[in-house]
Amino acid sequence: MGGKMYLWLQTHCLAMNDSLSIQEPEKGFQDRIDREIRIEPRDWMPDAYRRMLIRQISQHAHSEIVGMLPEGNWITRAPSLRRKVTLIAKVQDEAGHGLYLYAAAETLGISRDEMIDQLHTGKAKYSSIFNYPTLTWADIGVIGWLVDGAAIMNQVPLCRSSYGPYSRAMVRICKEESFHQRQGFEILLTLSRGSAAQKRMCQDAINRWWWPSIMMFGPSDDASPHTGQSMRWKIKRFTNDELRQRFVNVCAEQVKILGMTLPDPDLVWNEQTGQYDFGPIDWEEFRNVINGNGPCNRERMAARVRAHEEGAWVREAATAHELRLQNKRISSVKENSEKS
Amino acid sequence: MNPENELSSNNPSPRAGSWPLWEVFIRSRQGLDHKHAGSLHAADARMAIENARDVYTRRMEGVSIWVVESRHLHASDPDEAGALYDPANDKIYRHPTFYVLPDELKNM
Ligand SMILES: [Fe+2]
Ligand SMILES: [Fe+2]
Repeated sequence: MGGKMYLWLQTHCLAMNDSLSIQEPEKGFQDRIDREIRIEPRDWMPDAYRRMLIRQISQHAHSEIVGMLPEGNWITRAPSLRRKVTLIAKVQDEAGHGLYLYAAAETLGISRDEMIDQLHTGKAKYSSIFNYPTLTWADIGVIGWLVDGAAIMNQVPLCRSSYGPYSRAMVRICKEESFHQRQGFEILLTLSRGSAAQKRMCQDAINRWWWPSIMMFGPSDDASPHTGQSMRWKIKRFTNDELRQRFVNVCAEQVKILGMTLPDPDLVWNEQTGQYDFGPIDWEEFRNVINGNGPCNRERMAARVRAHEEGAWVREAATAHELRLQNKRISSVKENSEKS
Repeated sequence: MNPENELSSNNPSPRAGSWPLWEVFIRSRQGLDHKHAGSLHAADARMAIENARDVYTRRMEGVSIWVVESRHLHASDPDEAGALYDPANDKIYRHPTFYVLPDELKNM
């Protein structure tokens, strides 16, 4: 049989397979996932898959939006115009990332208002990292290097996530993230070649952000009950610990270029595993920050809610303006038809 | 029904006062089609275009934008995909490679 005929038979039989799925939706669904066929908004999907995605995508969106706050804090005090335009562009990108993700979540049947409500009432979580304060300019460099770096490590595999709108949003986001990380590293590189005080500032920021950054990958695999199902549904492609280990391996090398160190006495290259070993993570701190008791949780939420409330009149005015235009159009149509 | 954002079931009606949803299509370069880029909320078409410019063309991704309110888009039903598209599968004679011709035959 010629190759082409075989290909044709194969796709044809797969198509017949699809009609089977009407009788057994769960089985048909998993079968499509296993064959790397993306799920689109109006396709049948298990409720638990829908719920898992809504939770993950909306939390991800919230993180992008709240993430603007610690960095926005330094826009007015950026040390040069070059740094200032860069930081503004980066923060604006994060707003865009939030929007792409909210839109992806909306395709699953949750409204934007509902998600915003969940964030503002504390029902929805966002990344714990944004509850730490940005004390010095070096923090902006470290956020770009470590926080965006960890985000990239997480997000690149999500570009192949099984849900179409999510994976498409992630592709767009990943394209934009790489400048974020590079601009951060450039800030640190400049500080690391500067005065003794600048070098101290650089090391101090790394010391404060390192552990919270590697907590960004979430609880360890044995404490993360949804990982198995999420991987079967190919929402996630790697476990939290796998991604964390990769991130540590990369950063342990990159920090050498800065002539700085990571604040972990147990960090050591392991010949056997070909990876870096690292010290225990303080999960108590992680849980505390997730549950609302980090250094800036209250401040962050207060800022979000204030921005939302203070913007209410703009939203109402725009709606009223559009209504008035609509009414005008209607009455002018009426007038014209009465004249004729 | 719009392809991305309107689910036939399970779609909560938007709260009164919230802006409608728009689908954004972008032409990346003169000579190419407009392609779906994503969606956003806006009070009216003009605001939708302005927001689309800020959100989807920050890196020279576009030279032209179309927006259409999501509720005006109609899409085929995924449950009918078999009936709609499978018949094309067994009509491979519509493709040039179906025809077996000698290698000596040139320029065809
Ligand atoms: Fe981002
Ligand atoms: Fe970023």
